[in-house]
Amino acid sequence: MEVEKGTKMGFEETELRLGLPGNGGGGTEGGESAKKRGFSATVDLKLNLSSKEGGDDTNHEKTQTENNLLATDPAKPPAKAQVVGWPPVRSFRKNMLAVQKSSTDQGSAEKVPGGNATFVKVSMVGAPYLRKVDLKNYKSYHELSGALGELLSSFTIGNCGSHGTKDFLNESRLIDLLNGTDYVPTYEDKDGDWMLVGDVPWDMFVESCKRLRIMKGTEATGLAPRAMEKCKNRSFK
Amino acid sequence: MNYFPDEVLEHIFDFVTSQRDRNSVSQVCKPWYKIESSSRPKVFVGNCYAISPQRVIERFPGLKSITLKGKPHFADFNLVPQDWGGFVYPWIEAFAKKSVGLEEIKLKRMIISDDCLELISRSFPNFKSLVLVSCEGFTTDGLAAIASNCRFLRELDLQENDVEDHRGHWLSCFPDTCTSLVSLNFACLKGEVNLAALERLIARSPNLRSLRLNNAVPLDILQNILIRAPHLVDLGVGSYVNDPDSETYNKLVMAIQNCMSVKSLSGFLEVAPHCLSAFHLICPNLTSLNLSYASGIHGTELIKLIRHCMKLQRLWILDCIGDGGLEVVASTCKDLQEIRVFPSDPYIGHAAVTEAGLVALSVGCPKLHSILYFCQQMTNAALITVAKNRPNFTRFRLCILDPTRPDAVTNQPLDEGFGAIVQSCKGLRRLSMTGLLTDQVFLYIGMHAKQLEMLSIAFAGNTDKGMQYVLNGCKKLRKLEIRDCPFGNEALLMDVGKYETMRSLWMSSCEVTLEGCKSLAKKMPRLNVEIINENDLMDVGADDRQKVEKMFLYRTLAGPRKDAPGFVWTL
Repeated sequence: MEVEKGTKMGFEETELRLGLPGNGGGGTEGGESAKKRGFSATVDLKLNLSSKEGGDDTNHEKTQTENNLLATDPAKPPAKAQVVGWPPVRSFRKNMLAVQKSSTDQGSAEKVPGGNATFVKVSMVGAPYLRKVDLKNYKSYHELSGALGELLSSFTIGNCGSHGTKDFLNESRLIDLLNGTDYVPTYEDKDGDWMLVGDVPWDMFVESCKRLRIMKGTEATGLAPRAMEKCKNRSFK
Repeated sequence: MNYFPDEVLEHIFDFVTSQRDRNSVSQVCKPWYKIESSSRPKVFVGNCYAISPQRVIERFPGLKSITLKGKPHFADFNLVPQDWGGFVYPWIEAFAKKSVGLEEIKLKRMIISDDCLELISRSFPNFKSLVLVSCEGFTTDGLAAIASNCRFLRELDLQENDVEDHRGHWLSCFPDTCTSLVSLNFACLKGEVNLAALERLIARSPNLRSLRLNNAVPLDILQNILIRAPHLVDLGVGSYVNDPDSETYNKLVMAIQNCMSVKSLSGFLEVAPHCLSAFHLICPNLTSLNLSYASGIHGTELIKLIRHCMKLQRLWILDCIGDGGLEVVASTCKDLQEIRVFPSDPYIGHAAVTEAGLVALSVGCPKLHSILYFCQQMTNAALITVAKNRPNFTRFRLCILDPTRPDAVTNQPLDEGFGAIVQSCKGLRRLSMTGLLTDQVFLYIGMHAKQLEMLSIAFAGNTDKGMQYVLNGCKKLRKLEIRDCPFGNEALLMDVGKYETMRSLWMSSCEVTLEGCKSLAKKMPRLNVEIINENDLMDVGADDRQKVEKMFLYRTLAGPRKDAPGFVWTL
């Protein structure tokens, strides 16, 4: 009886429950457990892992899981689960260190995640799945269009012409292609508006772009007339 | 003392400098109130929305120096939307209108526009000092206005601000007649600066004692600067990328060795790690060293440098120094009073120091009283040891990167460890805690932390009792900030009068509901209870049982503020 009680207490103590340690479940802990959204639950939500409800895992296990998630284990890519405002380091400092790191690292630099997402989704009409690009990898629209062309070449639609999708963001091709079934690169900015790619300076674009969408000309009818006009006057830098 | 003429009293009050003491003086009797208020030169306003600028000017007509703080502390960590508030323009406008003889402005976490900087530069002919900490909303054009128009400028100190950089022209705006600079800090600017203008400025500033450069200043210019300003006391090196075999480097070494009055060193925003030995000669003079932005310096180089810093009182460093490095700090820096250990890679979530480093510091540094420590893990045993060794802590901020991590050895909550800290450190004024923490730690805090003024809590506690222990027990509490804790209306409403004795309360991702907040606002008209809901504009018909995501309340004599954006609802 004693032993049983002892082990049960031990288990409870290590459980990530909300009772006071050693208190064996007095009070309204059950209700409290459900209410508290601890750090682990917040991380779980972000990573779509099993929910914390009822606190099944032992505390130790939970810590292990979190450590696995958050440690720089070269065998596993670090999980980029970011709870807002954690760790409590001033954004100025975080940004400064991130910039320093990316300028010293060679290949897989840790880019600045957070509010100005540098990884943006690229969707294309008719494509079965989306892709992602890191805008910080490019220094100009020209580079981006090259990369997008390669990325989406697997989705080549026959009527893009002999050069394939590689050239579809090329300025002069774009003008030629902007007739009915052809493609217009657009992006969603910080305010949620859909804009034509290429209007603003590159740096400003990187700061404000949230996602990219390669629209069909017919889809972009609201944009297309302007786009054609802009294409005529502008050069992708 | 009532028999003394006013001028004598005023002269005596001149020796009373701290705001707290002056507040006490002004409460002795009416005549003292009048004299003190009319002669007070420096005013500190901890919350710019607690009082209107007009009232401040009315009470303190002799005002020369103003310090204002805007956004709540958690704004530093992106928990407060950018346009929440903290605009300084109304204050400057009011001061300008009343022709206040302002000489000094210090702002923290406020929004200041270029127009505002321009207004400052034109409205106060004796303006001498501008210190901006964690501010935003301005560009280098605003700085150009300050440089152009403030003829007696002594200090321009920009710390960790978010400045839109329109490139170096502002430095050329200091007129040739400007020779009064004592302190210039532009380390936080990201862009190019006009190097020739910088050199000329320094050459004509014989009183320059503090200079912090950004990383756009290359080595040869640094060398020129050091030769022209050998009396510098505080130096912030921007870029330190060099080739140890070059002549430039050798010249630099000579220049550094000339700067024997440098007591404070910082920067190294860009650094080639193998050339730090040039600084070893001035290290023994240093009392303050900030290498927390020098991510290019490896642990071993750091340790080599530290071994020469025997007089250090203040050290800000990255965790790549490691526990071993902290042991070197402990054995070398016997005068150390304040240390901050920051995570080198805040995104990865792994820190390179543990409880061992903390214990080493507590053993080796008898004068240590202020610490900010980001670490990988902690134990109760370590905290208890630290508490025993160092009862003189006044500021104790511990951040375990995994905020709900228990004792790394016993898997227990860290209640006992922090309990020991508050029990032993009777002068503790500021505390922030992380780790697995239950209501018990708050019981200890309420019982023992009698001098506590600021408490930061995250992911801690079990029930409303936790918060209640703190509100009940900490008589001197001024600022309480809580995130992701299970504290609800019962705790919030337990003692509503308490909030008028405090500057502010922040609660986010807790259990407080709209109903609780409304009830509080109703009972306490002299509090602004703000609900911040950045996702939608406030739905006035919202269900009262809804939990409030972010609540910020503060005492105020100015009523609900008129500049609140749409997503802020003052109840």
